[in-house]
Amino acid sequence: MADARAGYDPFATSGAGARTRAKIGVYIVLVLFAAYFLLPLLVVILNSFRQLPEIAQNGLIAWPRSFNLDGWYRAWNNYCVGGTCAGVQGNFYNSLKMTIPATIISTAIGALNGYILSKWRFWGSEVLFAFMTLGVFMPGQIALLPWAFILGTIGLTNSTYGLILVHTVQGLSFTTLFCRNFYVNIPDDLIKAARIDGAGFWRIFWKIILPLSPPILIVTVIWQFTGIWNEFLYGVVFTSGREQPITASLVALSTNGTNVRDYDVMSAAVLIGALPPLLIYFFGGKYFVRGLTQGAIK
Amino acid sequence: MASLTVRDIRKSFGTVEVLKGVNLEAQSGEFVALVGPSGCGKSTLLAMIAGLETVTHGEIQIGGRTVNSVPPKDRNIAMVFQSYALYPTMTVRQNMLFGMEARGVPKPEREAALKRVSELLQIDQLLNRKPSQLSGGQRQRVAMGRALVRDPDLFLFDEPLSNLDAKLRVDMRMEIKKLHARVGKTTVYVTHDQVEAMTLASRIAVMHKGELQQFDEPQAIYDRPANLFVAGFMGSPSMNFLPGTLGSANGQPAVMLPGANGATVSLPVRLGAVQMQQRPVILGIRPEHISRDGANTNAAGGGLQARLSLPVELVEPTGAETHVVMRLGDREVTARFAPAQAPKAGETVALTLDMSQACVFDAATELAIT
Repeated sequence: MADARAGYDPFATSGAGARTRAKIGVYIVLVLFAAYFLLPLLVVILNSFRQLPEIAQNGLIAWPRSFNLDGWYRAWNNYCVGGTCAGVQGNFYNSLKMTIPATIISTAIGALNGYILSKWRFWGSEVLFAFMTLGVFMPGQIALLPWAFILGTIGLTNSTYGLILVHTVQGLSFTTLFCRNFYVNIPDDLIKAARIDGAGFWRIFWKIILPLSPPILIVTVIWQFTGIWNEFLYGVVFTSGREQPITASLVALSTNGTNVRDYDVMSAAVLIGALPPLLIYFFGGKYFVRGLTQGAIK
Repeated sequence: MASLTVRDIRKSFGTVEVLKGVNLEAQSGEFVALVGPSGCGKSTLLAMIAGLETVTHGEIQIGGRTVNSVPPKDRNIAMVFQSYALYPTMTVRQNMLFGMEARGVPKPEREAALKRVSELLQIDQLLNRKPSQLSGGQRQRVAMGRALVRDPDLFLFDEPLSNLDAKLRVDMRMEIKKLHARVGKTTVYVTHDQVEAMTLASRIAVMHKGELQQFDEPQAIYDRPANLFVAGFMGSPSMNFLPGTLGSANGQPAVMLPGANGATVSLPVRLGAVQMQQRPVILGIRPEHISRDGANTNAAGGGLQARLSLPVELVEPTGAETHVVMRLGDREVTARFAPAQAPKAGETVALTLDMSQACVFDAATELAIT
């Protein structure tokens, strides 16, 4: 066991000089790739603080020579999108109103599904699980027409509630898969012991399964939140105007019918739309990785 | 406290029959060990007693009440698992109180039971720790505490010591024995370790391939195994099996064995006269019933002895005793000697066999001939 604890040094195969050279090479490659991936983000951030005339003069990709918050202010408060001049703040709130409930509900149902499919198996439960995971591979556009029909029938078109329903159901494949695969690794003996101790279905779920679940619940919440927040197709198709989530309104914003491209406002609006998932990744990213790699019982 | 009756229990998983009609009973306060190799059905039987597996056929009674369709929580049993199955997010205290909370036992009663059991098992220092902060032996103790605290009718152990290292296993084995002596609960104890079964149980049920082979007191199982399987499974090093023919020598029943260079060795055995017709048999003799000539034999009162000289092939010292492997014809014969009396490999030793302790099995049915 002591051997396993000693770290693995991938450079330990050669002499000291070769090792240093190899490390430098690795870092150069890593820095190049990081720059390549981060450049678009950098351009958008810089442009959101530049003044429009300066962008027009020096081009989109240039070192900023001006600074103001005008783009951010207009994007949030009064930029005109599709005839309404109230910025994207309404759409931002729409996204929150849609994403938070859909994330919570789909995660909760996923946890319950995973618990049942791993610890209370019944005849056909494996087949059922296989069908549910098919949803993971199903492209969202396949469900567009059925959803349009359902939302129309129950009267939830052009409504945030309709999107909550869509995203909750569409997300169940993922949340169920995550939770089921995590719970499968919780020893069955725990459930047996609890049953002998007199606990039933719900007590075992609350007292034993859920307290073990934070790693996978964090993964599921991050996954669902970013996925639903960034989702765009259903938002565009099922809502319009003031009801749109921010991703859909960004499209409307970029196809605004004026001749002048307000790159500063667009950049700021894009960043506003990207901020919540980014924050989640910054603060929850390490838990995400940990949750995916760590088993249920240490 | 309650008795346990298992009547003609069968269990099938699909087309595979894992238990083929097992009958068992444990009297109130008795310690019954279910022993057998892995896959013999002993753990399935225990799970059925616990109510964690459905009964395909037959009847299980606890305290005279048929419990076939009673859910586990209403059987008033407690179980200690091989993995301990301690709830990892709860402290020791919460682990032990969980069952009583689930059953709605009033708080003062819960606390009193917790105090009583944690003192009994000397785990009162550990109550606020999590299972991950405990050593293997401590976890074992807590698992037993969790089982004891509810004052169950029936105590079930599923290979509770197999995750411990050898020394701790012996210590905990003693603790379990002391504990049983103190609380006197009816206990069913599943193990694949025949030493555990021998040391702990008041009666042992030896199982093999879903069938009960023998159900008797430990010494009876060891001395008079009912068949070849039980004889080979109980005891380490295991009993020597020598195929031969049952016949008679000097008017006494004897087993003829093929010796070295085509010679025949005749060993007298103690059998009823009825059994004297010639037939192929297997002679079983335990390593401790073979001693060197001149050594103090502990075969007191046996009287029926045989003498042999055999070449030594291998010597295995274990410290307390030395196992010596010798050759008889094409068979190996193992004996256990005191280290001082152990020969060297290559020597030929003169042996005395205590034939009064030998067993004879029918070669076809593998059942003991008495």
